Amino acid sequence: MSKRTNYGLFIDFGSTFTKLILIDLDGECVIGKAQSPSTVDTDITLGLNAVLEEINKAQGGELIYRYKLACSSAAGGLKMVTIGLVPELTAEAAKRAALGAGAKVVGVYSYKLTKKELHELEIMEPDIVLLAGGTDGGDTETILHNAISITHCNLHVPIIVAGNKVASDEIRAILDTGHKEYVITDNVMPEMGVLQVDKVRSIIREVFINRIIETKGLKKAEQFIDGILMPTPTAVLTAAKLLSQGTAKEEGLGELVVVDIGGATTDIHSIARGDSTEPGVVQKGLPEPFVKRTVEGDLGLRYNASSILHAVGKERFEQQLGNPNFDLDEAINQLSLFTDRLPESESERLLDTELSRNAVRLAMERHAGAIQTTYGPEGQVFVQYGKDLRGIKIVIGTGGPLIFSPVSKKILQEMVYSETNPFSLKPKVPDFYLDERYLLYAVGLMSEVEPDKALRVAKKYLKRL
Amino acid sequence: MKQKTAILGVLGVDAHVVGNKIMEYALRKEGFKVANIGTFVTQEDFIKAAVETNADAILVGSLCGHGELDCRGFRENCIEAGKGNIHLVVGGNLVIGKQDWAEVKQRFKEMGFNRVYPPGISPKVVMEDLKKDLGIKS
Repeated sequence: MSKRTNYGLFIDFGSTFTKLILIDLDGECVIGKAQSPSTVDTDITLGLNAVLEEINKAQGGELIYRYKLACSSAAGGLKMVTIGLVPELTAEAAKRAALGAGAKVVGVYSYKLTKKELHELEIMEPDIVLLAGGTDGGDTETILHNAISITHCNLHVPIIVAGNKVASDEIRAILDTGHKEYVITDNVMPEMGVLQVDKVRSIIREVFINRIIETKGLKKAEQFIDGILMPTPTAVLTAAKLLSQGTAKEEGLGELVVVDIGGATTDIHSIARGDSTEPGVVQKGLPEPFVKRTVEGDLGLRYNASSILHAVGKERFEQQLGNPNFDLDEAINQLSLFTDRLPESESERLLDTELSRNAVRLAMERHAGAIQTTYGPEGQVFVQYGKDLRGIKIVIGTGGPLIFSPVSKKILQEMVYSETNPFSLKPKVPDFYLDERYLLYAVGLMSEVEPDKALRVAKKYLKRL
Repeated sequence: MKQKTAILGVLGVDAHVVGNKIMEYALRKEGFKVANIGTFVTQEDFIKAAVETNADAILVGSLCGHGELDCRGFRENCIEAGKGNIHLVVGGNLVIGKQDWAEVKQRFKEMGFNRVYPPGISPKVVMEDLKKDLGIKS
C-alpha cells in the first residue's frame, strides 16, 4: 500500500476498549479497524500505542495521517449535574441541554438546594455542574441561593451558569468570592416556552476539551493525536445530524432516529421536528429540540439487565422467552457480573435478543411523544406532549448488542408504532439500517474536518436491513 | 420602575384563543412583560410559569363555562407554591346560563381572585385596573 498522506485516523477512548478506525479519505472507504483494552486507569497512551501498532502492522508500516481525531467516553464519560428552578421548566431545559452535549446526567435538581442535596452532589463528583433557574427577568432568588450553596460545597469542578441573566452579575461576584471556576452563558430558557440549548451545548464542549480531558488523565494522548474533540455520544449525535441534514454539496437522508444499545444505557437520538402529523392536535409542554438525545440509564444490557427484567415483569419476560428451561434470575445476575461477556450458547443469545427488544421498545416509548385524550364541552380533545415521530422513515441501529445480533431487524422492529399502544407516537413504517461497522463515532469526528466525505462514507457503509 | 410580568392563558379544556391574543396585545402595549402560555392550560401550568418568571399577576381566561369548577383552589395552590401574594385576575364566560353577575363575581372573589370580569369587558378597563392594582402610574 502506498504511503499517501490522505488517511484519517479516528479513535474512541471507551471505558472498556480503545477503538480505532482508519479511513482512506481519497477512496472514501474504511481500510482498517483495531481495538485494545482501555488503559485510561493507568496510562492512556499504552492502549493507544497498542491499537496504533496493530493498525501499522496490518498496513505494513507506519502511515502518515492527515487527521488523528478522537472522542472519549472513558473514565465515566462526561458526568454532569443540572440544576434549575421548576422541574418541568428550567430544570428540564438544563437536563436536555446537558444530554444534547453528550453528557451522562447523574443528577437533576430543582428549587433551592438543601444540605442533603449538596452532600449528594459532593459524593457524585460530577465533571461539570450546569446551573440554571429563572427566565430572563424572572426569578433570581433561587439561582442566587443555589450559587451561594455551591460555593460552600466541597466541589471543585467547572460551573456553567445558564440562568436568568438579571442574576448574572451577582452570581459572578458570588463565584469569584468562592474561588470557583465558571462560565456564564445565555439562559437555557430565556422566556416561557423558549428552549435555547445550542449555546450551552457548545460551552459544555469547550469545557470538556479545555478542562475535563486533562482532569481525567486523557491529555497525554494528545502527544500522539491532534485532539480529543468531544464526548463519544456527541460524536454519534453529530453523525446522526450530518446523515439527516446533509451538507451544502451532499444531500442528507431527512429526519431520522438512531438507537444505540449499550451495556449500561440505551440512547435514542432523533433528528426531527416532531410536529403533530394529524390536524386538531394541541401541542403542550416544553418545546422539543430538533436534535434530541435521551439516555435510559436503567436499560443497559449488562450493568442494568436486572432493571430491564424488572421493567417488563418476570412473568411476561419468561413468556417472551418461550418459558425457558434455565433459571432466569441467575442468568440475569451472571450478565451483570460479567459485563464483557458475549453470548455463546443458544439460550444466552435468546436472552440477549429479548433484553434488547425490550430495551429499544421502552427507550423508544420514553423518547417519543404521546397523545392524551381529554374531554371538553365540545367533545374529545387530543393533547400531544413531546415529538410525534410517526412519520419517521429511517431508523438506524448501533451498539454491540445490535451489531453482533443475528436478528437485529427483529430487535429494531420493537421500536415501531403499535395499535396496541396507539398514543405512543413512534415511527410507523420506517426502513431499518445497521451501523454494522461501528462507524458512527468516526463519521461524527470526520464531519468536523471533511463533512462531505464523512457523509458519503456513512451512507456507503450503513447496511439496509 | 421594574417591568411587571403577567402570565396569560386559557384555563381548562378550552380552545378559545381569540380573546387571549387580544389580551396579549393589550398587555404588551401597556408595557407588561407577557408570558402567554396559550390554551388548554392547567392551574399547575399557570403557577409553574409564575414561579419561573417571578410574575406579578396571573390573568386567567375561561370561556367554556366551566370556570367555577376549573378555578377552584387556584389561590390555595398559589400559596402552596410560594406565590400566595400574586395578583389573580379572571374573566370570560365564567358560568353557564343566566346567573346573577353580582353573585358570580362574589363566588370568584371568595376563591381568592382579586379581579373578576364579566363577558364582553373591554381590555382597556382590565388594563387600567391592573396598572392601578400593581401600583403602576399611567
